[in-house]
Amino acid sequence: MCLAVPAKVLERGEFTAKVESLGNILEVGIMLTPDVEVGQYVYVHSGQAIQVVDATAAQESLALWKELTTNAGDS
Amino acid sequence: MPEILEAFQDAKLSRDLLTMVRKLAAAYREKHGRPMALMEVCGTHTMALARSGIREAVAGEVRLVSGPGCPVCVTSQDDIHRMQVLAAQREAIVCTFGDMMRVPGREGSLQDTRARGGDVRVIYNPVEAVAIAAANPNRPVVFFGIGFETTIPTVAAALVEAERQQITNFYLFTAFKLVTPVLHYLLTLGEVRLDGLLLPGHVSVILGEGDFTFLADQYRVPSVISGFLPVDMLGGIALLLQMGIRGEAQVKNAYPRVVRYEGNPTAKGLVSRYFVPADTKWRGIGIIPGSGLALKPQWEHRDCRYRWPHLWQLEEDTEIAGCRCGEILRGVITPHQCPRFATDCTPVDPVGPCMVSSEGTCAAYYQHLRLAGHREKG
Ligand code: SF4
Repeated sequence: MCLAVPAKVLERGEFTAKVESLGNILEVGIMLTPDVEVGQYVYVHSGQAIQVVDATAAQESLALWKELTTNAGDS
Repeated sequence: MPEILEAFQDAKLSRDLLTMVRKLAAAYREKHGRPMALMEVCGTHTMALARSGIREAVAGEVRLVSGPGCPVCVTSQDDIHRMQVLAAQREAIVCTFGDMMRVPGREGSLQDTRARGGDVRVIYNPVEAVAIAAANPNRPVVFFGIGFETTIPTVAAALVEAERQQITNFYLFTAFKLVTPVLHYLLTLGEVRLDGLLLPGHVSVILGEGDFTFLADQYRVPSVISGFLPVDMLGGIALLLQMGIRGEAQVKNAYPRVVRYEGNPTAKGLVSRYFVPADTKWRGIGIIPGSGLALKPQWEHRDCRYRWPHLWQLEEDTEIAGCRCGEILRGVITPHQCPRFATDCTPVDPVGPCMVSSEGTCAAYYQHLRLAGHREKG
């Protein structure tokens, strides 16, 4: 039940935003992410955007996993 | 941005990480003479680990223990019964999340209550319950509030909405559960050996890495906050194995694309505007102090407990006979050890909530690991 899915913000109003998730356009609440901007990605849970995706952190963790697989075994 | 998110779905990276997990698992076994025992706290992880095949792929190499993180499963029989009695009185409209409908209560499920004429409605977003209240001004509308820290702020958002629209007939029943108190409880209980914890990613979006540092400081249990894609989960398991091998205990955030150190302060602020910690009863566990939430006194006009106090005299604590969900939720047994599993308890005709919920441990094992019992038991 704690599942949240990524979605792209297409338009935003005061309390809600129009987002696209897996090809579906939905309206979600943005009360929990009041500073979200159009073009950013959010994670949506129970109809509310609960966090904005940090692209830099995503890159870094991907790099960490790749490094982990190349350094296999020498921990 | 979509490219980065898609990169997490890369099959080759998953395979390489699985190879890495196996190597590290072997090194751990060599050092400690047994596989590392890791609890996945969250029900969404339980389901994702089974569905992705990871649970089977690492069976015998890493011991994955399922935890108490299925909100439907841990909801007590008493709380379900209260909502059934309320709906059966025909005055109120009871709104709930879909998974809750089929959980067997003392007299059938909420679905049966509806079949007998009670007005029980399934919603996806708590704000929908406020809209139902607006459309039915002459009837009280009650939201059966279940869920963990991820879901609670979305219910707080519904309360804000009810205030904003000045809806007076919207009420809340708080049966919420908090993850950090149950972790304190399980680690203090020490019933099951836990060498590490795979922490719930979306609960952590709200709480933040900072709220989990007690796991390292107080209990010295290596812990990793993980997302739900195979890459996230395998990477998280690899980090736990590395810490286990080195004898380190830290809390690491392996889901930084949405989890910040401080979590989501706006969401936390909204939750503390409406709620205070309260004792609550978990199925199969009992009352854990401070592990739930109650509405603050200034919101008592929204509180089910004030409007229908007689429902709180229904305490009886009947658990379902022969269902071992309690032990499943504490990580003491696996579904294969319940004699009813896949015999008279199946998703079509479930005996207990762990078989009903889309993230219940018994349902996850039934759908994906029914034949893997011989390997799990060992
Ligand atoms: S298999 Fe069914 S009866 Fe057994 S613990 Fe799971 S839900 Fe309960």
